[in-house]
Amino acid sequence: MAMAIRVCLLLLVFLSSAIVSFSLYEDQVGLMDWHQRYIGKVKHAVFHTQKTGRKRVIVSTEENVVASLDLRHGEIFWRHVLGTKDAIDGVDIALGKYVITLSSQGSMLRAWNLPDGQMVWETSLHSAQSSKSLLSVPINLKADKDYPILVFGGGYLHAVSAIDGEVLWKKDFTAEGFEVQRVLQPPESSVIYVLGFLHSSEAVVYQIDSKTGEVVAQKSMVFPGGFSGEISSVSSDKVVVLDSTRSILVTIGFLDGDISFHKTPISDLVEDSGNAEILSPLLSDMLAVKVSKRTMFVRVGGEGKLEVVDSLSDETAMSDSLPVADDQVAFASVHHEGSKIHLMVKLVDDLDTVLLRESIQMDQHRGRVHKVFINNYIKTDRSNGFRALIVMEDHSLLLLQQGAIVWSREEGLASVTDVTTAELPVEKDGVSVAKVEHTLVDWLKGHVLKLKGSLLLASPEDVAAIQEMRMQSSGRSKLTRDHNGFRKLFIALTRAGKLFALHTGDGRIVWSMLLNSPSKSEACERPSGISLYQWQVPHHHAMDENPSVLVVGRCGSDSSAPGVLSLVDVYTGKEISSSDIGHSVVQVMPLPFTDSTEQRLHLIADTEGHVHLYPKTSEALSIFQREFQNVYWYTVEGDDGIIRGHAMKSSCAGETADEYCFTTRELWTVVFPSESEKIISTLTRKPNEVVHTQAKVSTDQDVLYKYVSRNLLFVATVSPKGAGEIGSVTPEESALVVYLIDTITGRILHRLSHQGCQGPVHAVFSENWVVYHYFNLRAHKYEVTVVEIYDQSRAENKNVWKLVLGKHNLTAPISSYSRPEMFTKSQSYFFAQSVKTIAVTSTAKGITSKQLLIGTIGDQILALDKRFVDPRRTLNPSQAEKEEGIIPLTDSLPIIPQSYITHSLKVEGLRGIVTAPAKLESTTHVFAYGVDLFYTRLAPSKTYDSLTDDFSYALLLITIVALVAAIYITWVISEKRELSEKWR
Amino acid sequence: MDKGKAVMGTGRRWAVDFSDQSTVPSTRDILDPPGFSRASPEQDDSATSRQKKDAEANWKLQKAWEVAQSPFKNLMMMGFMMWMAGNTVHLFSIGITFSALWQPLSALQSVGKIFEPFKDNKVELLMPKLVFLALNLGGLALGIWKLNTLGLLPTHASDWVSSLPPPQEIEHSGGGYVFH
Repeated sequence: MAMAIRVCLLLLVFLSSAIVSFSLYEDQVGLMDWHQRYIGKVKHAVFHTQKTGRKRVIVSTEENVVASLDLRHGEIFWRHVLGTKDAIDGVDIALGKYVITLSSQGSMLRAWNLPDGQMVWETSLHSAQSSKSLLSVPINLKADKDYPILVFGGGYLHAVSAIDGEVLWKKDFTAEGFEVQRVLQPPESSVIYVLGFLHSSEAVVYQIDSKTGEVVAQKSMVFPGGFSGEISSVSSDKVVVLDSTRSILVTIGFLDGDISFHKTPISDLVEDSGNAEILSPLLSDMLAVKVSKRTMFVRVGGEGKLEVVDSLSDETAMSDSLPVADDQVAFASVHHEGSKIHLMVKLVDDLDTVLLRESIQMDQHRGRVHKVFINNYIKTDRSNGFRALIVMEDHSLLLLQQGAIVWSREEGLASVTDVTTAELPVEKDGVSVAKVEHTLVDWLKGHVLKLKGSLLLASPEDVAAIQEMRMQSSGRSKLTRDHNGFRKLFIALTRAGKLFALHTGDGRIVWSMLLNSPSKSEACERPSGISLYQWQVPHHHAMDENPSVLVVGRCGSDSSAPGVLSLVDVYTGKEISSSDIGHSVVQVMPLPFTDSTEQRLHLIADTEGHVHLYPKTSEALSIFQREFQNVYWYTVEGDDGIIRGHAMKSSCAGETADEYCFTTRELWTVVFPSESEKIISTLTRKPNEVVHTQAKVSTDQDVLYKYVSRNLLFVATVSPKGAGEIGSVTPEESALVVYLIDTITGRILHRLSHQGCQGPVHAVFSENWVVYHYFNLRAHKYEVTVVEIYDQSRAENKNVWKLVLGKHNLTAPISSYSRPEMFTKSQSYFFAQSVKTIAVTSTAKGITSKQLLIGTIGDQILALDKRFVDPRRTLNPSQAEKEEGIIPLTDSLPIIPQSYITHSLKVEGLRGIVTAPAKLESTTHVFAYGVDLFYTRLAPSKTYDSLTDDFSYALLLITIVALVAAIYITWVISEKRELSEKWR
Repeated sequence: MDKGKAVMGTGRRWAVDFSDQSTVPSTRDILDPPGFSRASPEQDDSATSRQKKDAEANWKLQKAWEVAQSPFKNLMMMGFMMWMAGNTVHLFSIGITFSALWQPLSALQSVGKIFEPFKDNKVELLMPKLVFLALNLGGLALGIWKLNTLGLLPTHASDWVSSLPPPQEIEHSGGGYVFH
């Protein structure tokens, strides 16, 4: 009997502590999460606007996406994200029904069905060497009922059938080193002209039979100056190239197989000669040359004579030429004037004929126009109408038609490089938004509906109403701070140097801002953004100040280029200040000190080994000088395998008059032997992570003290041979070694070697543990290892009375120089998936248990409880351990389909996951970025500190009312009965 | 019973009893039977009352001892219940443990009250009281022991350090890969 009861009780306990899975119900999708689909900066665009069917544009982008967009609304019809190494070289439409893409340097040719985007065929082309690639889809070339596509890449010229992707013939040019520049096809001829350069100095023209691939004729001619590679074909028998000095335009005529050169120095055309550049547009009998910020239109005469027809002084973007009616060819050009852009469509033959002239108001924060693609349509009055697709400097994509922006897409968000969070403004007193929105009747109605829903009485309309109400009543898209901290802003910096503020509620863009250089010099008008830091987060003092973020940018791609700092107000999205700092930026270190206005102190290191303190105020200086001896920095030189530690030395007043500049001295170096180890990954803890406790209590009431330090660096190295692709080495040749290094003293605290293992290593470091993912070559499986670090020197603190009386040194500040004695516990598991990135949830106080967020190769995010990667797991945990929640050890980590937090969605091209705590301890924000953006809220231990959204308050209220009524009624009845009893 | 009381208390203010009084011996109309002495019980009064008092005292003492030993049964019962409840913290075990703590405590508070009916000059109540106290203290100890086995007493170092925040670090360092 007693046994039975105990068993029952145990079962109860087990049920209550069973592994929690975090699946959603279908109707909960989209309540907390949002997902945005992007494609990236458009490289090529091909319009498909036949009379029948929907009008669409096929684009390929720098994020290796090929997509079909609706021309009416800009929505994505279909989209394919090719791998990161599968860059798209060309896109075109063949046979009017297939989209042909050439990628991977001309070695992958694919055909996609135009309406639905399904892949029709894929052909892997032989490629011997890396070279520039070329895709040419001849319109009216026909060979034996087949329509060949000509592809040059990797030294081979292939003719591929458009119908099934079969290679019809191929021509090997690898031996000569011949680089195909143009494939030209004279009309009504089965012979194609293949023009290319041999060693950049000899022009060669092959005449190839398009049916068999046989060379009919070959002519070559050496040009002594050499070519620079840029080429512009002006007609079917002439091309224009620049010579290697970029000062002479060479017209190459190859009519009837004869090659002729005609040289024209650019100085003959314009006075101020400089380095010329041929703009890519293809214009018939005309080419556009850019010489020292001027764009010139040069007409090519009959014998290769060149003459300047027109020139534009402004920076102008131009489209390819487009055949319009009556054998005329038009092109579009766009230039800026103030806050407006002017779109002009002109005829190539007659530059004075302007077919279209439109000026459109353009947002300043979109920058300049980078690319224009035009397309024409026939208006109802039979005249030509034009629509233009333009790509702006911030990577956004806009469709212009009839003088207006029809739609726009913020494609900059497909290339987010850094993300931080920011608070929203506090709701002002007196104007309670909730009261305005909801009257009592509405509130009651809503709850009655919810009650219906929970009692399964709701009709489909009611369900829809409930869903809509949930979306609205939560007020999740309001622009004010909420009590639980669910509404926040994610500030994202994109590769284009634009800053976006995204609302966590619905993902809309609250504001966006393109970085500006204050000096606006020629070299640096638009600095490239490097990284993003929280500059000012007022919460105790300075509450009336707006929070701000620091954007560190750089003028140019070189690491010695001068840096630009920009402070941006988070509430308004306005730049507070922006400054050229006059030195380079190689590292930025946020310090754990703030001044009286809660501005965080930052150190910026330059290439000369000096560090500069920001903000440049005397208060910041005095704070920094107090902690001068305790500030260190380290650099990781991945190529040389060296980690160096530095300490502050003195003010560099001797060299410059800048009192905010400090010199450093090298303290220590860790040199990894270059013949056996190569650094592939380094990682530290997130600086703003909150740890609740330093003690870890095990089942038998024993205490382990966590070694929690911000100054720990995790380093993973592999043998140089194993640094390549997985499987490129044998297990004997490859080893993976991980280190834990103290960045103050340079002491190696722990070293762990995995023989026969290989990178890439994806790791996450939180509290006192590191979890990393790598490939085990012996087992042919991915592995995950956890290392937990504990402090041995504190383990003596076991006397209860001392602890009760507070006579311990557990909270005394510690120094890295006090030789920490530490020990580690680790365990490894197999993991079935390959991983793109790993993150960990973070909560406000660090009490809630943690989950690992694993970005899988399928671009989804898997939430894995930290309990699964606990080194205390054993094969047969004892009763007490089981009760504590230790899971029996298994050789591999489980992948529970319900714990994908992205549910059915994919975050295409996933690159990073950012977590941020909400005010509610149980909840954490998760933001994942790649080509797509995804946001959701997670509660790793369920929402133990709040009622869920679908909690029926009405039911509770009704229950209470019913109970009170019942009490009253029974009281009345009992009184009556008592009275009647007395009268009996 | 309650009903009857209510009737007696509030229902009737007065009553005339016309029933036959012949069974009541107090009336002098009828002579006592021969050999019946009405005085005899009153003569023996002192001796019998002493006897009676002794018996009562004995009985009281006996009862007091019974009361004093009653927590023992409780103790056994509690012990059994605790064993049943197991060593994990849940509603059942917590309830039992707290009742095991509460019972002795409330009993200890009302020691005087419990032994009041047995108060007598002749009855020595100290020993029963001490036994009662001891047994209840034993019960309390059992409860505390149970509390400890449940792990609810802060007797381990872990109970005092589990909410200690990690110590501050004196040095600060930053850095990493050089921006490319």
